[in-house]
Amino acid sequence: MMQHATTPGGWLLVLALMLPVVGMLAIFALGQRRAERIAFATLAAGLATALAVAVAVGRSGRAVTYLIGGWQPPLGIALQADGLSAVLMVMTAVILCAVGVFARGSFSSPPDGAETRRPFVFWTLFLGLWSALNTVWLAQDLFSLFVALELLTFSAVPLVSLDGSRETLRAALRYLLFALAGSVFYLLGTGLIYGAYGTMDIATLHQVVRADWATSLALGLMIVGLMAKAALFPLHLWLPPAHAGAPAAASAVLSALVVKAPFVLILRLWFDVAAQPAPALAGAMLAGLGAASILFCSIMALRQARLKLMIAYSTVAQVGYLFLVFPLVMGSAALDPWASVGWTGGVLQLVSHAFAKAAMFLAAGLIAEALGHDRIADLGGAAKVLPVTVAAFALAGLSLMGLPPAGGFIAKLMLLTASVETANWWIAATILAGGILAATYVFRVVGSALAEPPERMVFAAIPRSRELAVLALALIALALGFLPLQPFDYLAIGRGGMP
Amino acid sequence: MTPATLYGICAAALVAIGLFGLILHPTPLRKVISFNLIGSGTFLLFGIAARRGAAAGFLGDPIPQAMVITGIVVAFAATALAVALLLRMLEAGAPTVDGSPDTPDDLSP
Repeated sequence: MMQHATTPGGWLLVLALMLPVVGMLAIFALGQRRAERIAFATLAAGLATALAVAVAVGRSGRAVTYLIGGWQPPLGIALQADGLSAVLMVMTAVILCAVGVFARGSFSSPPDGAETRRPFVFWTLFLGLWSALNTVWLAQDLFSLFVALELLTFSAVPLVSLDGSRETLRAALRYLLFALAGSVFYLLGTGLIYGAYGTMDIATLHQVVRADWATSLALGLMIVGLMAKAALFPLHLWLPPAHAGAPAAASAVLSALVVKAPFVLILRLWFDVAAQPAPALAGAMLAGLGAASILFCSIMALRQARLKLMIAYSTVAQVGYLFLVFPLVMGSAALDPWASVGWTGGVLQLVSHAFAKAAMFLAAGLIAEALGHDRIADLGGAAKVLPVTVAAFALAGLSLMGLPPAGGFIAKLMLLTASVETANWWIAATILAGGILAATYVFRVVGSALAEPPERMVFAAIPRSRELAVLALALIALALGFLPLQPFDYLAIGRGGMP
Repeated sequence: MTPATLYGICAAALVAIGLFGLILHPTPLRKVISFNLIGSGTFLLFGIAARRGAAAGFLGDPIPQAMVITGIVVAFAATALAVALLLRMLEAGAPTVDGSPDTPDDLSP
C-alpha cells in the first residue's frame, strides 16, 4: 500500500479549497453590498495561492500533498497537486480573475447602497464554483471527486438562469437533468469499484486494479456519466442553450472551465485507475465520438444566426479534440502516457481552449452590450465601436482554428504529429477538417464585424478596463503558442510517483 | 438465492426503471422522480457492498454507509434545486410541470 505524507507547503492546498468558501460565507455574513469587494479580495488571495502551489511543485520537483487530519488513505482523504493539477489551478485562477474584472461592469451593486439580488447571487456562485473546481483538480479519491462534481453542478446550474427568463430556466433545468444523470452513473460506478476493491483511493486502486468485466463495467458507467457532463456528442444537447443563455461572464466560466472538470476526471480514470493497457476499442470509441463532436458541432456552429449560440457549439467541437487523446497516447512508443506527444497536446488544447473561449464569450458579451443584440449578420460597425474587443475575438479565433502563432496551433500540431506517429490517419483528417470549419465560422463573424456600419448607429459605451480584461485572456491564449513543441517536464511532475 | 443477490437484483431493477423514466418521460417532474429512483438503486448497491465487505466481528463495513449518507444528502439537494427551477418555470408562465407530452414545455431532446 502506498504511503502518503504531508509535504512542505501542503497547507496551501487547503487554502486553495477554503479561501473561496470563506469569501462566500463573508458575503453572506457582511451583507450583500460588499459582495464584489469581498470577491475581489478573495480572487487576489486565491491567485496568489495557486501561483504559490505551482512554484512549490516546480521547486521540489514532486507532488505537493496534504493529508486531512493526518489520516492515511484509504481511510483518510488526501489532497495532492502534481504538475497537471498545478497548471490547472493557475489556469482557473487567472481566468476567474479576468472574468471578475469583466463582471464588475455587469454585476456591481448600485452606488446608492441599495441591496440587489443579482450581484449577490452571482458572486457567491462564482466563488463556490472556484472551490469546486480546485477540489476536482486536487482530490485523490473517487468519492471526494463525486462530491466535487456535484458542488460544481450546483454552482453552475443557477448561473445559467440568472436572467430568470423562461428560456434560461428551461436551459438550466435541462442542464441539471443531464448533469444529474451523469453523476448518478458515476456514483453507480464508484459503488461497483468499492464492492470489488474495498477502496476509493486512486493511488491504491492503481496498484490492485484487475482487468475483469466488473471493473470494465464500473469504469464504463463512470466514463459515460462524465461524458454527459463534458457534453461529448451525442450527449451535448444541453450545452448550447445553457451556455448561450447565461450572462456573458457566466458563459465564459462555464465553457472555459466547468466542462473541463469531467474531462480531467476521465483522463485520470483512464490512465491512473484502469488496468494498463486499456482496451484499444474503447479508446477508439471515445475518439470516434470526439471526432463526431468536432465535425457535427462545427457545422452546427456555422449554421447559427446568434453569436453566443455559435460560440457554444464551438465549445462542444473543441472539447471533442480532447477525446482524441486516448488512442494517440495508447499507440505511442513513450514509456509513460504523460511522456507522449499526444498527452501533452491534449493538455495544451485544454488550457489554450480555456483562455481562448473565455475571451470569446466575454468579447461576445461586450459586443451584445454595445450593440444591443448579437445577430451575426447585423454586426456591421462593431469593429469601429469596439476595436479592442473585436481584435481580442479574432486573436482567440486564431487559437480555435489552430493557426500559428496561437496556443491552439501548437496543441493541434502536437495532436496531428501524434496521430501520424501512431498511424491514426482518420484522426489526422478530422483535426485538419475541424480547423478549416473553425476558420470558416470565426471569419464569418470577424468579416461581419468589419463591415460598414449602418447609417445611424446607436451603441452603448463600454469601459476600457472590461475590454482590456478580454484582450488579456486572448493574448495569453496566443502566448501559449510560444511554448516548445515537446512533452513538458513540468506536466510530468508527481505523475511518476504514480506507481 | 442469498440476500445479497436478492438486493442486487432489486437495485438493478430500480436503476432500470429509473433509466427508462429518465429517457422516455418527456415531462420534467417525472424525470426528477426517475433520477431519484436510479439514486435509490445506487444507494442499495452501496448497502450490499457494505454487507459483503464486512470484516470479522462487524455486521457491515461503515465506509459505504457513510458514503450513502453523503450521497442521499447530495441527491436531496439536487432534487430541491430541480423542483425550485420547476416552480420558477411555472411562475414564468410554463403551462404545467407535469402536463401531457404535447405541451410545448417538454424537455425531451
